[in-house]
Amino acid sequence: MAVLDQTDVFVTIAGMALATYLPRAAPLVFLSGRTLPPPVVRFLGFVPAAVLAALLFPAVLAPGGGLDLSVGNEFLLGSVPAALAAWRTGSFFGAVAVGMGTVAALRFFAG
Amino acid sequence: MSAAHPAGGFIWRAACRVAPVVLGYVPVGFAYGVLAKNAGLSTANILAMSVLVFAGSAQFIAVGLLAAGASLAGIILTTFVVNLRHLLFAAALSPSLGSWRTRDLSLLAFELTDETFALHAGALRDGPLSRAETLAVGIMAQAAWVFGSALGAVAGASVGDVRPIALDFALPAMFIALLAGQVKSRTHLAVALFSGILSTALVLSGVDRFGVLAATLAGAALGTLWQSLTKPTSS
Repeated sequence: MAVLDQTDVFVTIAGMALATYLPRAAPLVFLSGRTLPPPVVRFLGFVPAAVLAALLFPAVLAPGGGLDLSVGNEFLLGSVPAALAAWRTGSFFGAVAVGMGTVAALRFFAG
Repeated sequence: MSAAHPAGGFIWRAACRVAPVVLGYVPVGFAYGVLAKNAGLSTANILAMSVLVFAGSAQFIAVGLLAAGASLAGIILTTFVVNLRHLLFAAALSPSLGSWRTRDLSLLAFELTDETFALHAGALRDGPLSRAETLAVGIMAQAAWVFGSALGAVAGASVGDVRPIALDFALPAMFIALLAGQVKSRTHLAVALFSGILSTALVLSGVDRFGVLAATLAGAALGTLWQSLTKPTSS
């Protein structure tokens, strides 16, 4: 394990904080209350679904960095009951618990 | 529904709305704390990152880069690119925040993550956002994230591996639950499938930093185009 200089780490964290805050704050400060053109509003309405899927799919389809559609992919198998729970019950917590429980059980019994 | 509660019950309403995210953030924050501790970050820096940055995926990536000895500029640039998607979140919320003061907007921006945005976007469908409730949702979510990080930092050395209890699946599981709440039409489903598959293809071809942003933009653009072709008059 490399020995990290904690002062350097903190300077990096401060830079990360700025790099994260600017894109979060700029549109709120400059666009708030303005009426955006309808196509832009429609576009932004699709952003939540698009970004969540863009974050989710690679994590589940290629958990190790390479495409894995086999039954050995615990994340892929765990996603099925999690998605069913989310869709059928509408329970956020239920979906997370069922997903994590499935993955933990698969690892316990298979590994 | 909220009218049934007494005025000032916003803390309670916020707690009810944020509960699922809190239940996801504590284990994911824990996993981050464990990884960061094992990568050699001090407990103070582990907490500093969760307090000052508060961005799950970027924090995991930064820990990996720090451990690999990446440059300061490289890590900050990566964080910026990975978190550029927050521009879209802020833009999506901004039209409905006209009456908010800059001070409140600044705080809202600080607490804007994939998960809190999904909660705000969901609440926005039921009506205008309540200022106090919305800000409380963000603060409670971050408190859970910092709490989980602290537990992970303390337990770090003794846990070592988060796989047996599936903590590494907490984040994907949370994305699934949030996505289920966002797929409100067939067009949204098609957009999600398109963005998800494109994002995966980009990751597999080595585009790991701009991948999520590019796939989001392409998917939302396709949905917009499709909607204007099929329902040109509706908004």
